[in-house]
Amino acid sequence: MLRLADGALILAQRLGEWCGHGPALEEDIAFANIGLDLLGQARLLYTHAGALEGRGRTEDSFAYWRDEAEFFNPTIVELPNGDFAQSVLRAYLFVLYQQSLWARLIASTDAELAAIAGKSAKETRYHVRHLGNWVVRLGDGTAESHTRLQRALDYLMPYTAELFAPDAVDDALLAARIGPALGDAATAWREPLAATLAKATLVLPAASPFLSMGKRGQHSEAMGYLLTEMQSLARAHPGATW
Amino acid sequence: MSNEWPLWEVFIRAKAGLDHKHCGSVHAPDATMALQAARDVYTRRQEGVSIWVVRADQIVASDPGDKHEFFDPMQDKIYRHPTFYQLPEEVNHI
Repeated sequence: MLRLADGALILAQRLGEWCGHGPALEEDIAFANIGLDLLGQARLLYTHAGALEGRGRTEDSFAYWRDEAEFFNPTIVELPNGDFAQSVLRAYLFVLYQQSLWARLIASTDAELAAIAGKSAKETRYHVRHLGNWVVRLGDGTAESHTRLQRALDYLMPYTAELFAPDAVDDALLAARIGPALGDAATAWREPLAATLAKATLVLPAASPFLSMGKRGQHSEAMGYLLTEMQSLARAHPGATW
Repeated sequence: MSNEWPLWEVFIRAKAGLDHKHCGSVHAPDATMALQAARDVYTRRQEGVSIWVVRADQIVASDPGDKHEFFDPMQDKIYRHPTFYQLPEEVNHI
């Protein structure tokens, strides 16, 4: 649960960083919209996780009062934004991954999780469409945009291995029919990705043995800075309200 | 030739049964992206159920300078105005 929620929260924070810096007002708002949808998904998941845990932790305790090693988002979402091409592609890879998960989680034996998946799937469908359109336009755009997107793909692809590499937690959830079969999800992720990349005239880099460990709490050096910024307000003014 | 994205005019239908109304414009590289930009910019607060976008340079507009010959002749023909009917109260949007 926290892996799902942390992934959405951390990417929301990265997308929010584009606010006021987008290449055009229209895209600035689009990124912020996607970020806010992800934030909404994270809130639902944190609230549900807190209820399951039964120790009174709220969405805020999860978001603001955990330290780096207690976050279980996949490493790909915490990487710096880079240029617009890298931000678009990273978000696309992640929302496509979410889509492959929601499609399976709606059948989860955890009814609340299934309901969250059902609601989120609608939002994610739009994110996939919008970001996919950008991937095609940048990849099949100018020589400059193509080069930048291909560079982003070469950089980001190794970080996607983690998304579908099951560990003991994933296996236990699958056995309890709460979590998805990551192998099936990987197939559901790869097919639309291949179609989009073909339209975008991009080439997948060769598979790499690298496996990032974000979902086990071992993060890149970028994570500490991100959390510092995200959590500073809540920690400077505990209990502050809007 | 400028590298600016073309301008698109945005029309939104607030709910089924109402007309699409002009609500603003967006810049976008093509029609698909214009529709998505319009969705992101103009329907964030549940303003609409349907969107049209039209390239601004495809709209043919009347010249404000032609106002006198275009519109003034209608001023004194009140017999054309549908104001002599009693409308039932439950009829809206007319």
